[in-house]
Amino acid sequence: MTEDLTRQSAAVLAAAIAAKEVSAQEVATAHLERIAAVDGVVHAFLHISSDSAMAQAKRVDEKIAAGTEVGPLAGVPLALKDVLAMHGEPTTAGSRILQGWKPPYDSTVVARLRAADIVILGKTNMDEFAMGSSTEHSAYGPTHNPWDLTRIPGGSGGGSAAALAAFEAPLAIGTDTGGSIRQPASVTGTVGVKPTYGAVSRYGQIALASSLDQPGPCARSVLDTALLHAAIAGHDPMDSTSINAAVPDVVAAARRADIRGMRIGVVKELSGDGYQAGVSQRYHEALSILEDLGATITEVSCPHFEYALGAYYLILPSEASSNLARFDGMRYGLRTGDDGANSVEQVMSLTREQGFGPEVKRRIMLGTYALSSGYYEAYYGQAQKVRTLITSDFNAAFANVDVLVSPTAPTTAFKLGEKLDDPLAMYLNDVATIPVNLAGICAMSLPVGLAPEDQLPVGLQIMAPAMADERLYLAGGALEAALVDRWGHLLIEEVPSL
Amino acid sequence: MSQTTYVPFEQALKVYEPVFGLETHVELGTKSKMWCGCSTDFGADANTQVCPVCLGLPGSMPVVNRVAVESTIRIGLALNCSIATWCRFARKNYFYPDMPKDYQISQYDEPLCFDGYLDVTVETPEGPQVVRVEIERVHMEEDTGKLTHAGGATGRIHGADYSLVDYNRAGIPLIEIVTKPVSGTGALAPAVARAYVSELRDVMRALGVSDVRMEEGSLRCDVNLSLNRPGEQWGTRSETKNVNSLRSVERAVRSEIERQASVLDLGDRVIQETRHFHEDTGRSTSGRSKEQAEDYRYFPEPDLVPVAPSDAWVEQLRSTMPEMPSVKRARLQAEWNINEFELASLVNAGALDLVEASIAAGVDSVAARKWWTGELLRVANDTGVELADLQVSPGQIREIEELIASGALNDKLARQVFEGIIHGEGDVASVIAARGLAVVSDDTALLAAIDEALSAQPDVADKIRSGKVQAAGAIVGAVMKSTKGQADAAKVRILLLERLGVSE
Amino acid sequence: MTSISRDEVAHLAHLARLDLGAEELDHYASQLDVILQAVARISEVTADDIPAMSHPVPMTNVFREDVVTASLNRADVLSMAPAVEDDRFKVPRILDEE
Repeated sequence: MTEDLTRQSAAVLAAAIAAKEVSAQEVATAHLERIAAVDGVVHAFLHISSDSAMAQAKRVDEKIAAGTEVGPLAGVPLALKDVLAMHGEPTTAGSRILQGWKPPYDSTVVARLRAADIVILGKTNMDEFAMGSSTEHSAYGPTHNPWDLTRIPGGSGGGSAAALAAFEAPLAIGTDTGGSIRQPASVTGTVGVKPTYGAVSRYGQIALASSLDQPGPCARSVLDTALLHAAIAGHDPMDSTSINAAVPDVVAAARRADIRGMRIGVVKELSGDGYQAGVSQRYHEALSILEDLGATITEVSCPHFEYALGAYYLILPSEASSNLARFDGMRYGLRTGDDGANSVEQVMSLTREQGFGPEVKRRIMLGTYALSSGYYEAYYGQAQKVRTLITSDFNAAFANVDVLVSPTAPTTAFKLGEKLDDPLAMYLNDVATIPVNLAGICAMSLPVGLAPEDQLPVGLQIMAPAMADERLYLAGGALEAALVDRWGHLLIEEVPSL
Repeated sequence: MSQTTYVPFEQALKVYEPVFGLETHVELGTKSKMWCGCSTDFGADANTQVCPVCLGLPGSMPVVNRVAVESTIRIGLALNCSIATWCRFARKNYFYPDMPKDYQISQYDEPLCFDGYLDVTVETPEGPQVVRVEIERVHMEEDTGKLTHAGGATGRIHGADYSLVDYNRAGIPLIEIVTKPVSGTGALAPAVARAYVSELRDVMRALGVSDVRMEEGSLRCDVNLSLNRPGEQWGTRSETKNVNSLRSVERAVRSEIERQASVLDLGDRVIQETRHFHEDTGRSTSGRSKEQAEDYRYFPEPDLVPVAPSDAWVEQLRSTMPEMPSVKRARLQAEWNINEFELASLVNAGALDLVEASIAAGVDSVAARKWWTGELLRVANDTGVELADLQVSPGQIREIEELIASGALNDKLARQVFEGIIHGEGDVASVIAARGLAVVSDDTALLAAIDEALSAQPDVADKIRSGKVQAAGAIVGAVMKSTKGQADAAKVRILLLERLGVSE
Repeated sequence: MTSISRDEVAHLAHLARLDLGAEELDHYASQLDVILQAVARISEVTADDIPAMSHPVPMTNVFREDVVTASLNRADVLSMAPAVEDDRFKVPRILDEE
């Protein structure tokens, strides 16, 4: 294989490695060199695990040489969002409060990646504790969008998406609580999936909002994403909310990519009114393509979606305020103010004040308020009722259609710093993605073109019922194939050189 | 801070009615913890029985221990509770260094068991009285790590420079049992409280769900109490913690009645607070003020799914229920042919199971009761321990009884044997050998002692010879003294009269 | 919807163990206010008879068996601690108000 290894898809690399056309170590080295060359300006990575990556690559090569059976993605490099515990490697969740912490255990996702012989290159940047839509809230500095380095790569998983878009890795793992996989995918021209809640184990994922979080696969193509999905999904006895059922055959669906007769619903409340013009345009063009491919499109109404943002920004901070309480400086991580005179309460408060950034503190206080006595019913209690209403909206819609679609985000990548001072404006980025998490169903974002006004990627969101993840790959695969036909290549190939 | 004053108990009860409630925590004897597979063994080296889950490391998640749920349901059934058909866990949020997650997974408004009762018996001058203590709820939660405090003079929190945490205990399943307020017991309040905790402990032992040792912390008790004048609303209640024995339960209730009566008599307000009980003084001191009740911000635990016990499961557990202590007591009363007073004194002494075990080991029923409620109870009370902790086994009682029957021991010597066993000097045979406690029945030795006594009291000897046989007692007494109680008194008397040529 | 006072924010900060400075208190008070007004809209649509949803998955009775599994190595546990003494986590003095 003579072409640039970093421009290949995961599927192609895996096949080449298995066929001994190239070694896993060569592939890993090529990607580590790419990271060294460009990550200075992209800042997708917080930590590069070159030693363990090369060791893992070596093991894969030895296995292949010995004729031992290896998985379908053996030897393929991957970028891991720094919110997942990896034994012995720094895991910060983008926060100062965990600076230097090395978990004494692997998250289930990492254990499965290791078992699949996937080579983890390092940990990627993120909004602190996954709170954000731009990765600007990382305590370690922002990540830059490879399409335009003055712009955000999306958030909270901007690092993983940027790593893909910068060709630093062909695979990445993110986590999605309200859009943190899908919105970065949308603004970087890559593919990202939030699986059904419970499809991928949360054991070892530093929790944000436990009833909304899901780890998920990210890549540059629908097939690569499907291969990664298959490697990480499945029941985990360490996660009580893990689905105890067979993983749907997402790879077969991605390969079949045939949507003749599929019924697609366009969500009226997410149809693009008020969205950036170019986003709407590309979205509607994609709808035409879907129809050309044999799907029928109807409009559905999900009237309670307008309350989704409000419910989300009550549920998330409430659960997060509790999940983040453990960061108190007593057992690991940052401890400040321990001068021998300060009490434990003072040390806890000083540590958290210094260790958490403003967005985290803001949400902790919002959550503390929403749960506090006298306010629980009015806020958290009400928000949980809205979830029921949103779920029933989805159920009603899915009674008549197989998948729903919407633009993934209202705009393309905005400028760094543009929305930092206005939290509410930042929260509005998630308006299309949030309902999915509230209901626990699955969704994918894939690129459908560049917005004419700024030549930046636009993403389309496909939503499917809980446990029907294969429909995402069926529809996504079909749409992607049609677009590749039209353009001659994946959209990501048009990203400017770094 | 003003000096705490107390109104004597009887006086307090002339004016006020006590209302009390008990919150007991039972540490379950499961092999592994509530949410993870770490061992629950007591006494392990610090921080050797911890994992990401019970340490609350970032990313960790709990998974419910099935046996803990079963034990809770069985406890609920034993306490005549309704079992929830669907319930959830909830997070109780507060910061404390012994709490790895800074929230405790517990149950809030959806306990697994609720609305039950436990009948307890207390002794009154009119005889045993049955009091029904209503149970509000039984729910599941987790234990915290253990703190030790360093640098201060007392080893307690006050004045400590810093503290040390061992998380071995964190995550051990804890069952909380809360009574409904108990009113109308008047002067019996302390006894009812004690009887309740004692009966609860017996129930846990019968179920085999916990070893319920108060001194080891596997049974903990908090006492809530308020006073009110007859006809008035219930008063403000205080909470007393660190109540670590049955005796302390009784004393804590009593002391709090006396203290609150004094406060109210002075026209002051009882403060809603948490107090700390002290074994040595039998009094409590003020701890954290609960004026502003803690805001625990409870919400349903999102990392766990609801527990929904099916009818079939509950019935299957019901079929595994052992004989309840109250049923057992009624049965034994009939078997041993004793009346309710005798039964009550056995129960109060904590001797029931021990007597039953002794009888099972072959001891005569009357003898078993005699020893356990007599000499052994005396020793237990004198040394401030529970009967069960005396380290005297039913088998040993049987051995001793056999030796008495064969004449090798008498009652007095037997008591010395028990003393030796209790002091850890060994088993029955070794104590007898080491202390030389055999009954002296060798005639020669006895005659020698008799002659010695006679020559020391010649006037008594004359009296006997002249027919005053009762005077023999003084000589027998002297011989018993000189043989350190090891002579067979009856035999001494026979030999003495023979010696003097006098008949009975 | 009443606006959130500075005192309330200070109380929240205490509950959440955040040592906020005076400026931060004011700043957060106004930001929280704006957010709370926005989210308050949800009460428009929720009626009493709508059940709350705490779990997207309708599962119940997920248990593990009562089996002992390996604990962590103590050295690994204590090596991440900010302070250690006597094989225990050393923590600053705990106040117990009298």
